[in-house]
Amino acid sequence: MSLRDWFEKRRNKQMNADLVESKISGDDLSKLWGKCFNCNTSIPQKELNQSMLVCPKCDYHFRISARTRIEQLFDENSFNEINKNILPCNPLDFVDTMCYKDRQQDACKKSNLNEAVVTGIGNISGWEAAAAVMDFAYMGGSMGSVVGEKVTRLIEEGIRRKIPIIAITSSGGARMQESCLSLMQMAKTSCAVARANEEKILYITVLTEPTFGGVTASFGTLGDIIIAEQGARIGFAGRRVIEQTIRQKLPPDFQTAEYLLKYGQVDMVSHRKELKETLEKIIRIHSQAKTFIPNELNKRISKA
Amino acid sequence: MNSLLTPLEFEKSIYQIEDKIEELKNLSADSGINLDDQIKILTEQATEYKKQLYSHLSPSQKLLIARHPKRPSFLDYVSLITTDWTEFHGDRAGTDDKAIIGGIAQIEGKSVMLIGTQKGKTTKENIEYNFGMPQPEGYRKALRLFYHADRFNLPIITMIDTPGAYPGIKAEQTGQGIAIAVNLREMAKLEVPIISIILGEGCSGGALGIAVSNRVYMLEHSYYTVISPEGCASILWRSADMASTAADAMKITAEDLLKLGVIDGIIKEPLGGAHYDWDLIASELKNTVIETLNEMSNMSGEHLKKDRYDKFRRMGVFVE
Repeated sequence: MSLRDWFEKRRNKQMNADLVESKISGDDLSKLWGKCFNCNTSIPQKELNQSMLVCPKCDYHFRISARTRIEQLFDENSFNEINKNILPCNPLDFVDTMCYKDRQQDACKKSNLNEAVVTGIGNISGWEAAAAVMDFAYMGGSMGSVVGEKVTRLIEEGIRRKIPIIAITSSGGARMQESCLSLMQMAKTSCAVARANEEKILYITVLTEPTFGGVTASFGTLGDIIIAEQGARIGFAGRRVIEQTIRQKLPPDFQTAEYLLKYGQVDMVSHRKELKETLEKIIRIHSQAKTFIPNELNKRISKA
Repeated sequence: MNSLLTPLEFEKSIYQIEDKIEELKNLSADSGINLDDQIKILTEQATEYKKQLYSHLSPSQKLLIARHPKRPSFLDYVSLITTDWTEFHGDRAGTDDKAIIGGIAQIEGKSVMLIGTQKGKTTKENIEYNFGMPQPEGYRKALRLFYHADRFNLPIITMIDTPGAYPGIKAEQTGQGIAIAVNLREMAKLEVPIISIILGEGCSGGALGIAVSNRVYMLEHSYYTVISPEGCASILWRSADMASTAADAMKITAEDLLKLGVIDGIIKEPLGGAHYDWDLIASELKNTVIETLNEMSNMSGEHLKKDRYDKFRRMGVFVE
């Protein structure tokens, strides 16, 4: 045992003793410390929270819950959740290695949510917006009937109130347990976006780690402006499926936010710390464009 | 049965009975013994057996029929039901994806736009059509033709037979997801009738990308799903061998999807499947198209749009 190991062991022992004394379980210990998946550094949770769950050392963006995202983006206590009591069923009586109903219960416990999206109206630096925020912890953020319905109602609500609509995605794709019904949610949500377009309501999408499949191929990439969060993996087909199809190794940066930016698929890549400011700026510029030119002036311009 | 077709695994017993009948006929002809009664009884039994077999197919048996290499393709239907077919090529941005084909034609004097995913029957054809798996450019070609149809008041008929949109490097670089998403959104804005027919495989977003329609029909033995049964099995059961279990669980048959309200009707196939009688299935399909076009002929553009919105707005099952 090297001297260093000995010290390490002694420190751990001391820490464990402290824990026993203060009756903190191992579970809570993991709540006190976070480990970066990218650079493996252990970071005190407090510090991580202060840095918006971005690794202070390597800038890796941790996957975050819908609630945390809302706290980060919306003005304090401004977010009012809507349609929170829409709950999933098991329309196909789907059972794989587990019953779909049991999977839903597990997902509730794991995510503290009753479905994979939280929708509501809130303010971003004073600008009112309707937002749908997905949570990967609930069944991989998959889109079934409930996600489709909540996103659609949110878009319809944004249109009714004539306010910008924001969708923040984090999803593995459509929910297989609802089969074709989940496929139809892609059509349903996209039809709602079509109405927002026709009413000239600004629709912004923020693609976060990870966004794939049915969400990429529907409301996720239909934003008038598409923002990708730094480092997020975004794509249509999964990496493994592509590798198996083309029998080729893929470049390491394949399907990252930065890769998509390079190929012109997103408008910008945003660091988490700059996201709120970016959204505020985009909303403000668009909103002020609408009110800045009075109708009279418009008429005069068109006459001239 | 058509002796040129290779029997599917579950059809082998039928072929054996038919071989026996054939033998009896030969025997009767050669020896001059009258076996007509026996042959008649056996033929009746065989027909009854076939009816039973094909009306109780499991989802994975239907998969085999839906993917049958001799099943008529989009272009086969085009030549069987239309006149003056005129194909249009290209996405006007550098590519002509052959997996999606489009053009104008007339069906019993009615001018229409036809767009479909195309699968080949030979290896050479399949390479040309990329096994019916479109690239983003294919969806963009379809979109260009949708707009064209909208501008010139041509009802749109789309036919779908695809194992899915192509998963590849270039497809991701040029926005496979975005191309499909944009089609879903833009189809919602069109002011002409849109009819879609799932011919064989209707797999995932790749199928839906040209199927946000006023009426969606499925051929009796086709399937329509969010992911292929093989894909679903390898994710949820962690084994592609569970594909038939996944096919059962996912409710992918026309009958199931009609019950779930995902589709509007089923086009009945000839006994054994569409590949046994192309003319018969083509005339069934044509009748359905004509009837549906007539039914929608008095609807205004706004009405058609609303009809489409309401149709998809209703989809989904949840409690509140």
